[in-house]
Amino acid sequence: MRELTGSEILLETLKQEGVDTIFGYPGAAVIDIYDRLVKTDIKHILTRHEQGAVHAADGYARASGKVGVCLVTSGPGATNTVTGIATAYADSIPIVVFTGQVPRTLIGNDAFQEVDIVGITRPCTKHNYLVMDIADLTRVIKEAFHLAKSGRPGPVLVDLPKDIMSMKGRYDPGKDIKLRSYQPTYNPHLKQLAKVVTLIKGAKRPMIMAGGGVILSKASGELRKFAKKIVAPVTATLMGLGCFPPEDHLWLGMIGMHGTYRANMSTGACDLLIAIGVRFDDRVTGKTDAFASQAKIVHIDIDPTSIRKNVPVTIPVVGDCGLTLGILNELLEKEDLNGIRKLREPWLDKIEGWKNTKPLAYEQGEKIKPQHVIETLYRLTGGRAIVATEVGQNQMWAAQYYHVDRPNAFITSGGLGCMGFGLPAAIGAQIARPDSLVVDIAGDGSIQMNIQEMATAVQYKLPVKVVILNNRYLGMVRQWQELFYDRCYACTHMDYAPDFVKLAEAYGAVGLRATKPDEVERVLEKGLALDGPVLMDFHVEPEENVYPMVPAGAPITEMLLV
Amino acid sequence: MIETKSERHILSILVENQPGVLARVAGLFSGRGFNIESLCVAETTDPLVSRMTLMTDGDMGVLEQIKKQLNKLVNVLKVIDFAGAGFVQREMALIKVRARPENRAEILRMVDIFRCRIVDVGTECYTVEMTGDEGKISAFLSLLKPMGIKEIARTGALALAREKNGGQM
Repeated sequence: MRELTGSEILLETLKQEGVDTIFGYPGAAVIDIYDRLVKTDIKHILTRHEQGAVHAADGYARASGKVGVCLVTSGPGATNTVTGIATAYADSIPIVVFTGQVPRTLIGNDAFQEVDIVGITRPCTKHNYLVMDIADLTRVIKEAFHLAKSGRPGPVLVDLPKDIMSMKGRYDPGKDIKLRSYQPTYNPHLKQLAKVVTLIKGAKRPMIMAGGGVILSKASGELRKFAKKIVAPVTATLMGLGCFPPEDHLWLGMIGMHGTYRANMSTGACDLLIAIGVRFDDRVTGKTDAFASQAKIVHIDIDPTSIRKNVPVTIPVVGDCGLTLGILNELLEKEDLNGIRKLREPWLDKIEGWKNTKPLAYEQGEKIKPQHVIETLYRLTGGRAIVATEVGQNQMWAAQYYHVDRPNAFITSGGLGCMGFGLPAAIGAQIARPDSLVVDIAGDGSIQMNIQEMATAVQYKLPVKVVILNNRYLGMVRQWQELFYDRCYACTHMDYAPDFVKLAEAYGAVGLRATKPDEVERVLEKGLALDGPVLMDFHVEPEENVYPMVPAGAPITEMLLV
Repeated sequence: MIETKSERHILSILVENQPGVLARVAGLFSGRGFNIESLCVAETTDPLVSRMTLMTDGDMGVLEQIKKQLNKLVNVLKVIDFAGAGFVQREMALIKVRARPENRAEILRMVDIFRCRIVDVGTECYTVEMTGDEGKISAFLSLLKPMGIKEIARTGALALAREKNGGQM
């Protein structure tokens, strides 16, 4: 067995895990690791803020389906990762975050740049570790990757004291992980699935609700087969967008607070709801007592805690979404489903009626409508872009008007709702998919939360395109104030904003601007055609609202419409 | 979730004996708004495994979530809920009671009746050691109260499942 330093053991193990890229930011506590890192083939992306590094690793994971890796120093470096870790945790994204720590002898002494990051991140990681013995190092790193990507994925943090990184220890690459009690349930219970088949055959008004779990388990193919086989319309949560083709006649659009009229109405009227890889977030269910109140609910999820947490379930199925759908499709193969299309016809007709009476819509005006920008972007890119979003109105318009047709192509902070996520996540996605067009749809508020990452995009020649829907407001909060707080726009008006075009230029990127509706297409065409990073500033109607909207706590069938 | 009646449950949680595990369990309860009424932690016969005995309450939905969330923690090996099963429950208390000359005989009588022991005698106080279930301890405390309880230390509930064919004690 070879003797290596802690840093060398770390990097060797990362190579074994197939890591090709690390997003990070150096500092004193990780200086030994960086000294070795630059001598390996692992690519390092230096972000301008540790929060950016975690979001970039997260975007990389979402776009590639692989584990994102992040490396930062101790103290403030570590605390700056917390928002990014919580974002990945809320959306079950597999990332491993390595933080430097002060030498073991100083731990607990309030040393320079010391924080108890394991204590701080305990509630927002799937698991975390402080390595106190170099003999544990290889095993811990392997466990971290295993935990991050298996079962319900999530972020794992490993805290590395500086002296362990510089000391020598024996490197045993074959070291086994030992997780005595961690055994995610991948295989569903077949008896439960038989019951599901019976329900499907008897249902007159079934619908499928797919979530982020479908994307994470790479189950989109099986889902498409399943929906066609049982002739059931499909809605998706924000996290599930891309799992079902938007042009399919069974597609209902997104569900929830800003879901489509037909998706939300269908939920209220269905007699069987098959929920796959979702966790019944309050933004999806609205008032839970009224949610799918006529329906029997089948809930398929790999995480038992998601089941019966928020809504009662008729048939719980714990298992991997992809495996479960695969088995269901096989079981259905043996069933006579000839009469099923006939049985469902009135239901599908009813939905078609909802679709035609209340489609997604907005009115053109003298100023640019934000929806118009997204629609034009969708048309010009042929729906082929990987879309990252910030959080707020921009995110909802992106979800409504950019009809993603593939998994891993809509990258958004769903659970945590983290402003400042989009740009660094787009950078991570661009690294993962260098040949794809990556667009960050942003608001003027959220883009300013991690705008410094423009420098990262320029340094690494990443052709990320940023579309700013600039309304000079924190738009979603303003919308709530308009609708529910007597138009008291308390502190949501961003009276001063930088000149985004000049700002882009200052970073060495290209800046473009449109202030009138007829300039939208030209600016987008020009911006998308450029090779490098481009920031496009669209001055949009300041008081445009996102509709439909379900007021918080109301049943999702009670929508405010345009 | 549908509201149901709140129940008290004793959970026995086998965990890996590692630093930070108690913080993970305690943090789970505080972070998710679950209640801990008492908590006891000590090593088992396997030095790598500790047993936490935890008393909590909540309706069926809450208790189901508590058990699922505990099982989800990587360091938790097993969660046993004693509800509905036969189990033995004991708690130990050390009670320092004021022992004025006129009360001493009465205290000694009660210690005898409750099968407790006096483990320390001072000029003005007795320290009594008692074990029993919750009901016994609270009955004893209410009898001692008029004499003046100076201090009290309780372990919280400990519990083990009864052997299947075992008799009642």
